[in-house]
Amino acid sequence: MAKVTIDGIEIEVPDGTTILNAARQIGGEVVPPAMCYYTSLKETGGKCRVCLVKVTQGSAKDPRPMPKLVASCRTPVADGMVVQNITSPDVLEARKGVVEFLLLNHPLDCPICDQAGECDLQDLSYEHGTEGTRTEFERRTFDKIDIGDKIKLHMTRCILCYRCVFVADQLTPERVHGVLNRGDRSEISTYIEKAVDNDFSGNMIDVCPVGALTDRTFRFKSRVWFTKPMDAHRNCSKCCGKVVLWMKGNEVLRVTGRKDRYGEVKEFICNECRFEHKNPADWTIEGPRHINRHSVISQNHYEKIDLQNLKREVERQIVFQKGRQLPEASPNS
Amino acid sequence: MGRKLLLEHINEPGIQSFEVYRQKGGYASVEKALKTMTPDAVMEEVKKSGLRGRGGAGFPAGMKWSFIDKKSDKPRYLVCNADESEPGTFKDRYLMEHIPHILIEGMITSSYALGAKTSFIYIRGEYMYIVRILEKAIDEAYAKGFLGKNILGTDYSLDLYVHPGAGAYICGEETALLESLEGKRGNPRLKPPFPAVAGLYACPTVVNNVETIAAVVPIINQGGEEYAKIGIGKSTGTKLISASGHINKPGVYEIELGLPVEEFIYSEEYCGGIWKGRKLKAVVAGGSSVPILPTDLILKTAKGEPRLMTYESLSDGGFVSGTMLGSGGFIVMDETTNIVKNLYTFSRFYHHESCGQCSPCREGTAWLEKILHRLLHGQGKKKDIDILVDAAKKIEGNTICPLGDAAAWPVASAIRHFRKEFEEEAAGLPAERNLELATH
Ligand SMILES: Cc1cc2nc3c(=O)[nH]c(=O)nc-3n(C[C@H](O)[C@H](O)[C@H](O)COP(=O)(O)O)c2cc1C
Ligand code: SF4
Ligand code: FES
Repeated sequence: MAKVTIDGIEIEVPDGTTILNAARQIGGEVVPPAMCYYTSLKETGGKCRVCLVKVTQGSAKDPRPMPKLVASCRTPVADGMVVQNITSPDVLEARKGVVEFLLLNHPLDCPICDQAGECDLQDLSYEHGTEGTRTEFERRTFDKIDIGDKIKLHMTRCILCYRCVFVADQLTPERVHGVLNRGDRSEISTYIEKAVDNDFSGNMIDVCPVGALTDRTFRFKSRVWFTKPMDAHRNCSKCCGKVVLWMKGNEVLRVTGRKDRYGEVKEFICNECRFEHKNPADWTIEGPRHINRHSVISQNHYEKIDLQNLKREVERQIVFQKGRQLPEASPNS
Repeated sequence: MGRKLLLEHINEPGIQSFEVYRQKGGYASVEKALKTMTPDAVMEEVKKSGLRGRGGAGFPAGMKWSFIDKKSDKPRYLVCNADESEPGTFKDRYLMEHIPHILIEGMITSSYALGAKTSFIYIRGEYMYIVRILEKAIDEAYAKGFLGKNILGTDYSLDLYVHPGAGAYICGEETALLESLEGKRGNPRLKPPFPAVAGLYACPTVVNNVETIAAVVPIINQGGEEYAKIGIGKSTGTKLISASGHINKPGVYEIELGLPVEEFIYSEEYCGGIWKGRKLKAVVAGGSSVPILPTDLILKTAKGEPRLMTYESLSDGGFVSGTMLGSGGFIVMDETTNIVKNLYTFSRFYHHESCGQCSPCREGTAWLEKILHRLLHGQGKKKDIDILVDAAKKIEGNTICPLGDAAAWPVASAIRHFRKEFEEEAAGLPAERNLELATH
């Protein structure tokens, strides 16, 4: 076991746990955002850089700070490690930079994007971005591609998190899906647009943090905030059969896996459950699904997080936890 | 005359061939190491020599070797990084083209020290003609019993392969190189684990630059202590410098570390001064990624001491007033050089070569290039300069591999030392420069 302190809050976690997962065990606002890491997909993470944190003390044995900000999703904790997330101005500044980079070429077509309302990039921009943009250049565009008859690839919106590549790699038997070209010309592609045709390909849609991979059977049917998410299940021979039905009245508009509060599906579902069962009678409905994120999807209830306030709040909690007065400066800086 | 350890026989006719190379004392280090030394003793000599990696980062070679996981029961690999693609750097090409056997010899001796039974030379695809030169040299070494089974009758065996890349600067980053060598897309890996623990095919691996491996030859021949007598402090031995730009005698020079920069630029033995009788304006001392320095700071440190060709002296003053020795790509610019244009060229390169995995580098390098392009073409705005500085700062240190830093440093340093030129570009183009651009 290793004891780590994140934004002043101490927690003990098994050795080998990443900083991000340690923070998730604490929960709340000390959890760094993550756009590319995905717990159930091996080797994901490290790419988007939104989860960067500052390690001000490497470990009890070697208390030196780490020279650079590190990707919390891929950096394991060490006993005695001290980490700053929202209490470090450097981290917030770097994260603001990453958000700006991610938006430089993003089409910002939220009004016509099916992902709007449940888009991690939208949430991230609200929380960590700035209003307005400093770029005046034409944005990069790609042609839309149909990946089979059920999935649409809108490369222009992609942030190259590589999650779908790992889905193709790890959940499906054939790897016909990968990244072509280099740098800002990189694109997700199927081998000569060959349809990805196997039972678990639909999970690419669920793992995509933005609107680059969307469900063609749901295309333009409704804004997600006009639908009602219901937990439901059926007996399925291929997958767990546990899904969310996105309903409007009695109609099932879309079926997805169940995302946790960090946007991750823990149990992947098969294409039959996702695409072939749009009749409510096919499902045992468990009840409404609670969307507990401060997400854009919580229409009219959305509150932008004020990071300065949040920092004060966290610091207040630390005082409370430790039962002693805080020093003038923020802890560990 | 400075001592020459690598290029001593460069002018010897036929030195490309095994026979002439051998006559000149070639392969002595292999004989000495395999017949009279244990692998650990070879490693010990390299440690004593103080040799630092010649690929750019300057990490002590002996220390890197000692990290290799010898307890692992997996095979160990030595991989030579011959991807040499940093603008301004062409020393490895020169060495491999003219004295291929010194690299082969270094590979054998080093592989022996590391306990590697299979080793690779990963070479950039554009060096196809050198692939043929190296393969011929390897064939000769096999034929003479210096490669293959039971080298020189000992129980040490080694196979050596040359593997050409497909033309990507990023494949010079050691973990991208290993991915590429494994036949995958050349994306840098996240570290840790470092190659010494999990490198090629997840086995313990050492990656070293061509020049680093070649330097093992004189180190074993004369002993590490003797080698360490050349140079100053922690900068020991000789270094190949690729000198280019506005000098009278561009080329590859072997210098003893510790040579004053001023002597290197102006003496007849080396660069022979600035061409066309012009004045020096700036130098990029270690390949395109290192900070550019104006004349006063490249010849003397901020403290007023003469700047020397050593790792320490060149980085004296940090990035505020110093730079880095890097890979030794020494680019000299005369007083007529347009710094903005030079920076644009570098930025275009890094944008083109970014692998695109991580967002700050993928998006940031493209943005830097676009802003510089518009500055250079009369479309610039004053705020562009601040955006450049800020974007570079947000790339630096926040990426997976150092390509992001390599793209950011030139921008930050050019604006730090030549801000006025950027402001002039932003304010509008001087007429004659407009014309010059139009004809390019
Ligand atoms: C983008 C990038 C490109 C690089 N290109 C080269 C190269 O072409 N040749 C080289 O020897 N090292 C290159 N390096 C450095 C290598 O990653 C590695 O540090 C080096 O090969 C180690 O060898 P050394 O210790 O002998 O210097 C590059 C690094 C980066 C980040
Ligand atoms: S810094 Fe650039 S080149 Fe290096 S991994 Fe990231 S995107 Fe690729
Ligand atoms: S979530 Fe850690 S880098 Fe993307």
